[in-house]
Amino acid sequence: MTIIQPGTPAPELHLRREDGSPFTRAELEGRTTVLVFYPFAFSPVCTDQLNLYDDVLERFQEAGATLYGVSCDATYSQAAFRRQLGVRIEQLSDFEPKGETCRAFGVYHPDGFPQRALVIIGPDAVVRWSYQAASPAELPGANLIFDGLAAASSRPAA
Amino acid sequence: MSALRSAPVPAPGPEDHVRGSGSAPVVIEYADFECPHCAALSRRLEGARLRLVFRHFPVRSSHPRAWAAACAAEAAGLQGRFWEMHDLLFADQARLEDPHLWRRARELGLDLERFESDRRSEAVRARVRRDFESGVRAGVVTTPTVFAAGRMHSGRFDPDALAAA
Repeated sequence: MTIIQPGTPAPELHLRREDGSPFTRAELEGRTTVLVFYPFAFSPVCTDQLNLYDDVLERFQEAGATLYGVSCDATYSQAAFRRQLGVRIEQLSDFEPKGETCRAFGVYHPDGFPQRALVIIGPDAVVRWSYQAASPAELPGANLIFDGLAAASSRPAA
Repeated sequence: MSALRSAPVPAPGPEDHVRGSGSAPVVIEYADFECPHCAALSRRLEGARLRLVFRHFPVRSSHPRAWAAACAAEAAGLQGRFWEMHDLLFADQARLEDPHLWRRARELGLDLERFESDRRSEAVRARVRRDFESGVRAGVVTTPTVFAAGRMHSGRFDPDALAAA
């Protein structure tokens, strides 16, 4: 499975927000979205990837980007995880059918969880940039997302 | 919008906090005074033949007192006692509230009024932020992260490997 490539229109999304409402492809339109796929809520790392991104969230906002965390955990687990981390980044659940959206983005690990991956989607709902960590243990730096946003803005969709 | 794009880790400069012999291998550490793994690493690096460069990497949402502690170390540094404060902060991470910071400042014989205004100053915050952002741009996510001999080591790693590098 290969991660979705720049220039590809985003697939339909079957995700749920923390309040249980659906998050669909239409939500991508009109703004730049960064999907942060991560393997599991509550995976044991001291300072999590999401903590770092949250610390520079204002800088992402300045860059016109909205970040979402995506995993296959249930919305209740995601909400509890977000509260435990103390981060503001909204979580989207790919719980049912499990991993369907992750599969559509090419980031579903064969063992049943999302790869650690980043996808930037333009206001036209076309993928502009994507990155998959070499392993779930690799934590991609926030710098990579800023690189991706810069590349995305200098390379409008064809 | 490109401010935090990738950039190589900056080479040690005159504004850095450095200790250890000038001829020893250089190790650049991004750390946070509230991070238990950072304290453990700091203890293990004591006495190693290294030239240690300390840079702040406080992540607010994981460690709410990390910024205050980093600014306290900088304020102590303005009175020439950065490393002493560094050691006192790592020695007791359960006590990082304001009165605990003042107690350390007194213990080091600092001018308390000056310490108090310095640690809250924009200059000190900017100094900490500069370290943090250089780390973000170099790809630091978690603490401690160490750069040695051109390689990045994150989280739990064997410090003995650094001395051997």
